[in-house]
Amino acid sequence: MTDVERMQAGPADLAPGPARAQIQVVPLRGLPVVAAVVVFVIASIAGNWLWALTFCHVVGGGLWTAIDLFVGLIIGPILARLPEAARAEFAARFMPKMVLLMPTLVLMTLAAGFQLALREGNLAPSNPNHAWLIVSYCIVGVMAVIALGVLEPANIAVLVEMRKTTPDRAVIALLMRRFLYTAGITGVMQVATLIIMTRVASQ
Amino acid sequence: MNAEPVSAGLVTAAPSAVGRRFPPVAELAIGSLALVVIGGILMASYVPRRPPLGVPAVLTAVSAALVLTSVFLLSRLQPFAWSRFFLVFRWALLAYVISAGMIGFAFVRDHTRGAPLALVAVMLVIFALDVPVIIAFTVARYSSPPHSPD
Repeated sequence: MTDVERMQAGPADLAPGPARAQIQVVPLRGLPVVAAVVVFVIASIAGNWLWALTFCHVVGGGLWTAIDLFVGLIIGPILARLPEAARAEFAARFMPKMVLLMPTLVLMTLAAGFQLALREGNLAPSNPNHAWLIVSYCIVGVMAVIALGVLEPANIAVLVEMRKTTPDRAVIALLMRRFLYTAGITGVMQVATLIIMTRVASQ
Repeated sequence: MNAEPVSAGLVTAAPSAVGRRFPPVAELAIGSLALVVIGGILMASYVPRRPPLGVPAVLTAVSAALVLTSVFLLSRLQPFAWSRFFLVFRWALLAYVISAGMIGFAFVRDHTRGAPLALVAVMLVIFALDVPVIIAFTVARYSSPPHSPD
């Protein structure tokens, strides 16, 4: 252990609190499922298989949108009003699942969706859905920067902080606030995605 | 993975890690990520046609400059939780190399060739570096001593 790591704990007045189950930043049991999903998506794209592409895009997109909306607009505000200890307990159980679930859903939705749009001719400039899809790229782009640049790093940093013997609650509070705000923003942006996708599907 | 043992004596004296100021490593990497995302959207919006490469190439060049600046600023950090940084960085790099590989595969599958494919590949390399740098830096900054020596 380096000197830096010896000094990494938070202030002394922040007691560790009641014993907490060991936190696994990346739930290893979920990795085979992720691997299976990735292989399935690659096979769907390689085979240009309509049912599989539709399945990946609709199921992945539906779950991604619903989870973003639910976390951002329902769980987030409730969590923000809970006592700090309750928030920490919730985060310790909830966030490791998000580390695997969300990137997998995003990958599944976007990769299959792009291939599906290409296969169905929606990307052709003359297609009435073309402009809508470009707008959806832009919304997904903003969400990707927020999710990859702020939300996911905050998620992982909270988990790493919680694994320490004496977590620094100021760090956890700061990062949780960041996580909840960005989840709220991406949740609201998902409403725009819902409007666009239902429009594309009905034209 | 086990919890990190922490010295109780040092805990007593340590103020919160939130207080220490760092150079804008994450901000620069996020800017770099945003530029490759914009470049990628520009190129994807032309599929299946051949996209004009001027604007995406400029965005990629600026993005590369930002991530290099970010890495340079990062390399000068002392003291810093480097072991923690590299632990997180290598796993995140593995995850985002797989992600970037899948995106690259989709472009190759859709018959993107030549200069557009080369530009997409550079963008994906930057993407696969940006995200692990942001994640690992965010984790390591809060595992570093609260105050720099100066």
